[in-house]
Amino acid sequence: MTRFLQVVWLVVRKDLRVESRNKEMLVTTLFFAVSCVMVFAFAFVRGGRAVDGAAAGVLWIAVAFAGTLALGRAFERERYQDALRGLLLAPVDRPAIYLGKLSGLLLLLAVVELVVVLMVALMFQAPLFEHPFRMLALLALGTLGFASVGTLFSAMLVRTRSRAVLLPVLLYPVTIPVLIMGVSGTNVLWQPEPDLAMVQLWTSLLLFFDAVFLTLALWTFEPVMTE
Amino acid sequence: MTRRLFPVLAGLSLLFFVGAPVLIVRAPYESTMGLVQKIFYFHFAGWMAMFLAIFVLGIASIIFLFRRIRSADQLAVAAAEQAVIFGLIGLITGPLWGVKAWGVWWQWDARLTMAVILELILVAYLLLRQYGGPGSDRLAAGLGIFAMANVPFLYISTEIWRTVHPRTSVVPTLPVDFGLPLWWSVAGFVVICLAMLSARRRLEEQRATLDELYLALEDEA
Amino acid sequence: MPRPSHLDFDQVVASGVSRSYGRRRALRHVSLCCRGGEIVGLVGPNGAGKSTLLGVLSTLAEPSFGEVRYGKWTARGAGTRLRAQIGFLSHELQLYPELTARENLAFFAGMYGLDKVDARVEAALETAALSDRADDVVEGFSRGMRQRLALERALLHTPRLVLLDEPFTGLDESAVAALMHRLSLLRTDGRIVLVVTHDLDTVDGLLDRALMLRHGRIRELPATGTLRERYRVEVQEASSKLGGVSA
Repeated sequence: MTRFLQVVWLVVRKDLRVESRNKEMLVTTLFFAVSCVMVFAFAFVRGGRAVDGAAAGVLWIAVAFAGTLALGRAFERERYQDALRGLLLAPVDRPAIYLGKLSGLLLLLAVVELVVVLMVALMFQAPLFEHPFRMLALLALGTLGFASVGTLFSAMLVRTRSRAVLLPVLLYPVTIPVLIMGVSGTNVLWQPEPDLAMVQLWTSLLLFFDAVFLTLALWTFEPVMTE
Repeated sequence: MTRRLFPVLAGLSLLFFVGAPVLIVRAPYESTMGLVQKIFYFHFAGWMAMFLAIFVLGIASIIFLFRRIRSADQLAVAAAEQAVIFGLIGLITGPLWGVKAWGVWWQWDARLTMAVILELILVAYLLLRQYGGPGSDRLAAGLGIFAMANVPFLYISTEIWRTVHPRTSVVPTLPVDFGLPLWWSVAGFVVICLAMLSARRRLEEQRATLDELYLALEDEA
Repeated sequence: MPRPSHLDFDQVVASGVSRSYGRRRALRHVSLCCRGGEIVGLVGPNGAGKSTLLGVLSTLAEPSFGEVRYGKWTARGAGTRLRAQIGFLSHELQLYPELTARENLAFFAGMYGLDKVDARVEAALETAALSDRADDVVEGFSRGMRQRLALERALLHTPRLVLLDEPFTGLDESAVAALMHRLSLLRTDGRIVLVVTHDLDTVDGLLDRALMLRHGRIRELPATGTLRERYRVEVQEASSKLGGVSA
């Protein structure tokens, strides 16, 4: 078990180190997320006011889009020079490699979301600090659900020719429940008088989704990655 | 085994097919929906067949991924295609019903929304097989498992997502007289689905055999 | 650092290994046996299935039919412990260009669960003649430097089975000589070495045996004459047998 965690940490540290050298993923993903928010702002702001409930949608779409971009990049890096096969050849439990890549992505997305959430809150006057912990739980669980499916999919698509197109094609339909849960939960939370029981329900559903899909991803990673 | 199974299934589906119109015509005429209510016999049955196919897809994918049994993969392809077809039946008949019941073609009804998303996942599965290149069978199996696991989540999330909004329509509750033709149709669709599954899987198997023969011929040269 | 419990073998035997994608067959009933203390060359034209064969031998890919035995072990049976005994230098070098030479080696040393990481890495840098560039990122390295580094990376854990895909690419004369010496040391050490190469003249004196892979079929090259001659004879024979149909 310690060895397992050690491998996870090695992969995370490697990714962080690579990222710290050129900051490419962070900068591009962040910029992309901000652009997304702006594009949606133009679509959903009428007469200086945002359309009802637009803020939550904009936030989650930005997260999903930026997440897809980051996922693509994270594994393009592993594909370059065939590094992923180098990882798979190492005598380690392969799910540890999956968890390492997932953790690295979550760290990156956390930074991106910090900026996006603040931006959405500012531009759409969302009451962000009314229930900070509930908001945090929704975001964290939603991102985990999205990224856990996404990491598996982009890892397995490394071998295929049309991976750039196939990733969103596969990922979005499968993660729609996360988007529904995330958007609905955030929407309720950002009402003037939020129905906290409802927020609780969405949060628990997200937790359930994460548990099931993270388990499935860990379980299928090894056979899926064997050529 | 499938070779003997298919005629039986085909015969059964013929029986259901011939019987269905009789039963549907004899079923009572629903007062508010009128003739359009009869769509329901297709709609609901299409749904059931789709779920069956998704279930088969998921289980076959698990077996293929962990046991490397070729025929499980062949069954998975067949099941994915069946699910798309029966899903389409649901998606076409849904709005037809909707335009009469709600006055609009599309309503963000929970079930209909869920059907669209499932259809998307299944089409994505076929796209992956089509454009994934060599080795995509195993990747597709991974997706097949995720597709099956997604069904309950989609069901719950679309259901709750819709009920927090005001409901615009009430699907008429069916009296008992509608029951027999309805379940007859369901059984009919399920049997047709199984028959096509077995035929489609056999086609896939023969394709694989043909590939092997080509390879063997090359080896002879 | 707990190492996965030890597993060792003295020969690799592939029997009837086939790998096909639909109607395209990359490998046809390939059987081969490589023993410890011998260097086996694998030659053949592009697209003959050499990379696929290395993929199968390295356990990354599974054969469609047939099996590979590593001593008494198989890839599915031994999994992780078996991978600890395989070193694979692929044609793509499997290095991270943003990391320095030292970081690359240290990362993989960690992944292999090796002890005395620093000493090993230092020794590997020394052998690769990269000690003075150890803290430069790999991105700025020439192909030859990368090639040397990648080779050391693949040998870091002193694997029993060494699979090398075109290890001479981009190397200058002195580096080639050094690599030849390195390979003969591996032989003396009882390692199983399989080298895929185009460089028939370079490896001529080094190989104990040579195998040719063509259209997914494997043949042992005759033991007499220079490698280039033997290769040419074999190719001609094969073409005349096929009647030039699939040439």
